[in-house]
Order: sequence, then structure tokens, then C-alpha cells
Amino acid sequence: MTIDLKTIKHIAKLSRISVDDEKAKKLAGDLNSIFDFIEKLNELKTDQIKPLTSIAETSLKLRNDEIKSQNMREEIIKNSPEKNEDYFVVPKVIE
Amino acid sequence: MTDITKQTLSELINNIKTKKISSEEVTKAFIDRSEKSKKLNTYITESFDRAIKKAKQFDQNPNFDLKLPGIPIAVKDLFCTKDVKTTAGSKILNNFIPTYESTVTQNIWNEGAILLGKLNCDEFAMGSSNETSYFGNVESPIDENLVPGGSSGGSASALAANLTPVTIGTDTGGSIRQPASFTGTVGLKPTYGSCSRYGIVAFASSLDQAGPMSQNVKDCAILNEVISSYDEKDSTSVDFKRGKYSVELSKNIKGKKIGIPKEYRVDGMPKEIEELWQKGINFAKDCGAEIIDISLPHTTYALPTYYIVAPAEASSNLARYDGVKYGFRSKGDNLIDMYEKTRSEGFGSEVQRRVMIGTYVLSSGYYDAYYLKAQKVRNLIKNDFDEAYKKVDAILTPSTPSSAFKIGEKKDDPVSMYLNDIFTVPVNLAGLPGISIPAGHDKKGYPLGLQIIGKAFDEQNILNIAYSMEEKINFKNKIADWWIK
Repeated sequence: MTIDLKTIKHIAKLSRISVDDEKAKKLAGDLNSIFDFIEKLNELKTDQIKPLTSIAETSLKLRNDEIKSQNMREEIIKNSPEKNEDYFVVPKVIE
Repeated sequence: MTDITKQTLSELINNIKTKKISSEEVTKAFIDRSEKSKKLNTYITESFDRAIKKAKQFDQNPNFDLKLPGIPIAVKDLFCTKDVKTTAGSKILNNFIPTYESTVTQNIWNEGAILLGKLNCDEFAMGSSNETSYFGNVESPIDENLVPGGSSGGSASALAANLTPVTIGTDTGGSIRQPASFTGTVGLKPTYGSCSRYGIVAFASSLDQAGPMSQNVKDCAILNEVISSYDEKDSTSVDFKRGKYSVELSKNIKGKKIGIPKEYRVDGMPKEIEELWQKGINFAKDCGAEIIDISLPHTTYALPTYYIVAPAEASSNLARYDGVKYGFRSKGDNLIDMYEKTRSEGFGSEVQRRVMIGTYVLSSGYYDAYYLKAQKVRNLIKNDFDEAYKKVDAILTPSTPSSAFKIGEKKDDPVSMYLNDIFTVPVNLAGLPGISIPAGHDKKGYPLGLQIIGKAFDEQNILNIAYSMEEKINFKNKIADWWIK
């Protein structure tokens, strides 16, 4: 299997990572060698095998729906790169 | 008294408890040596002034009932520490100051330990040589220009160089055990669910686990006893009866059945690794263990499985880094452009590569072929261990397929870098505990490690086997302080 440049750009879009042509070429090379290595899994027949979704054999615990942390507004917004009063600021999204 | 920084954790605890030395003296000794060891680049953030202040406070009002009384400890920069910068080795978190503390670090402060600083690591713990860190390469105290391993490379290097008496790392595919092996130190990856993941920067949530790194097995048991706890803030934390690992530590392993998996005898394995393994088998026999040949037939599929599961989870975990809520932000023409530039400039190339792999294997049309397939194979790998543990109590393997390599040697070949983790990755996929102990040197004088893998939640058993073998192996690290001028 080969991942072409068009696919790389599509994955980059989905990943929200900007990729120019040069970087896309490098990534295509890397990803192709990694997927060549991954293809080994196709040797195995797994139709009858169940997927392992969680290694910790515990069921989720129920707890009371109580408020445990309050007034964290300042803490939450503290590390924001751009803020305005109690809001995160992002580039304008409405024309 | 011997040089403070050369003392083991249990010696330091003893000497502080019997008032032979103060916490301040110990703290200053490690800080002095750290100041002289900047060339190794082990620290991302130093917290030295604060550490001395805390040590003085401890000495004024000491509590000798604690398990780590006034002991200074530096930790991997993947643990969120309240009011102390936490970067995960990434530019994207270069200015992130957590407003909360990880459970694992909180556990060690609760027992009297003092934070020395935050140690370098591969970016988001993605790497096997500490070369993906935004904050530069870490050098191993073993030799110049030698990698300490990764991703807990700063931790391993600082520990081996006596800049911290013990440390904690995280292990997703070998990130504690491989650097321990490369630096002649002890590293334990506990069972998945043993240590809380709360407050640890997430890489691959179904594999990540914090664990102790130390100079010897006893110190490892002391630290594991402190960090392992049930935590309702982590939904995968398991509420099992935790042992008093250091108290119950025993060298009596007579009659224990230790399995030797034939599939770990991989093609192209250097002769010295083969010999080390044989030496380990002989030591285990000398300790009274019974050696049994076993088979883990799906071993060869573990790395390809890991390189689907881990990037898939990483791509999802790292979606939170969008330049809005915290961390680095780049300027963009619009919201999407800002996201894309922030992530392109904020993440390094290995992280971008893995986010892309993960996004691809989870994307529409490929999910079944890759992600679902990998989850099925993961089940086969876990079943291999379940079958083996019907016959044996633990499994003995080499920790790594080679000794440490030079900085830059494998950087441009991701697949050859990934092969470093061939013996450690299956343990994470199956959620089991594994410990690496130093067991010998190669012909260059670089350390080599052996790995003991246990049943789930059977940390005590592998600690005991390691403790017993450690005495027979009698390993001495060869460190010549070459970086101190």
C-alpha cells in the first residue's frame, strides 16, 4: 500500500496540522515505511477474535452527582494565551 | 560518611530519621551536583530555591513517620505539578503552569518528599532516546554523546548521575524500562490501573502507567509503595489490595517458576544480549527458581499493534492542544488557520508523525482495517500471557535488543527507533507489570538490563525475583563523572 500526497494532505487537514509540499513528501516517506511495517498484522486471521477495548477489567463505578470543585473560573482561564475578562479569545469566526 | 549523593534512598531515609543528616544537607548536596551537571541537560525546570525552603521547613518540624522524610526528588516533566511549569518536553506547553497536582506526585509529597525539579523527556513521551524533546538532547552519564534512552531519558540520566536519589517516570511502551536498562538503573512499570493517571499529560491512555526508577530494587519497592494508590479521579484506577512492597520484600524465590519465551530470541539479536539472557537464567536457577520454556506466539505482532493503538489514542488525546485554552498559540488568518499553524509550530516532527498515523488509522474507511484489527491482535497478545501464566509465575527476558546508542544514530529512521521497544511493548499491551534490572555490560562497557514480567497486580513477586537476582548479579555501574570539569 502507498499513501500518496493527496492522502497526506487530507490526513493533515483532519489532524489540524498545516503541511506544505515539502513536509508532505517527507511525511509520505515516513508513513509509508511505518505502514509497511504495520501491514504484518494482515498475516493474522482475526474474524473470530473479539477486540480488546480495555485492559483494566473493571466496570465504571457509580458515584453521587455532587459538586466537588467550585469557583475555578480563574484557574481555568489562567493559562489561556489570549483572554478577555472571563472568556477565551479566538480569531473572529462570524463575518 | 560517604558522599550524600552516592547514598541509596533507604540509606538517606535512615540517616535523616536518625538525625545523622538533615533534609537541608541532603537537598543541597543534590542541588550542588545538579548545578555541576548541566551538560547532561537533565532538567527542564529547576525548583532549587523552593526545595531548600521546603527542606528547612521539614527540618524545623520533622515528621520521621513518613515514608520519604525530607527526601528531595526530581520527577519527569510529564507529571503536572501545581504552580511549577509542566511542559511534557513540548514547545506547545512551554508556558503551561498547572493549577493542580498529579495524584502520583501528590502521593510522594504527602510522604514528605520535596520537589527538586522537572526532568527532560521525549516530547509527549514519544521517543526512545530523548531526542524528540523541544528542550534538547539529554546525555547519558555512561558516556559522552550517548543517549540515555527514552522517553524518561532525563529521569534515567539524572538518577544514574546521582542528581536525584530516585525518580518517577511513565511507561507507555517501555519508557521506564528501556532508559533504566541503558543507564544501569532499576525501572518498574506497574500493572495498568496500579498508579493513578490523574494529572499525567496523556499520551496513550490504555497503555500509560507511571512507575518508580531507582538505584536498586529495595528503593524501587519503597517508592512503588508510595505512588501506587486507588484514585477515584482516574476511572481506570483499580481498587485492589496493595501490598507493603518494601516490607514484604524477600530474597526467597525458591520454587518460583520462571518462563523463558522462545519468541524473544529475535533475528539479529547481538550475541552479548543472548549471553546476558543466559547469564540471567543461570542466576535465577542459583536463586532457587525453576526455569520453564514457554511460547508467546504473537510476540512478533506486538510492535505493529502498538504503532496503531498508541498513535490512535495519542491523536485523540492531543486534539486538546488547539492554542485556545492553554499553551502556545500561533497567529492565523482565521480559527482553522490558527489551529493548524499552532499545531504545526507547537508540535515537533515525531509528534506530528504519530498524530497523523493515529488520525489515519481512525479515519473513515480505515478504522476496521487498522484500529479494530489492532485491538483484536492485542487480545491475542494478552491471551498469550494468560496461557503462559497457567504454567509460570513470572517471565524473564532481556529489556532491550541492544545497549545504548549514540545521539543521532537512529534519529532519521523511525522504524529502527521503534524496534528498541520490541521486548517492552507486549507488557504494556497486556497491561502487566515489568521491571528492568541492570545485569551486565557490553564490550563497550555500556549497561545491559534484564526484564522480569509478572502477572497482573503481582508486583511483589517480580520485585522479590529482582531483589534475589540483584544480589547474585552484583552489578556496578561504571560512571566516571566525565561531564564535571
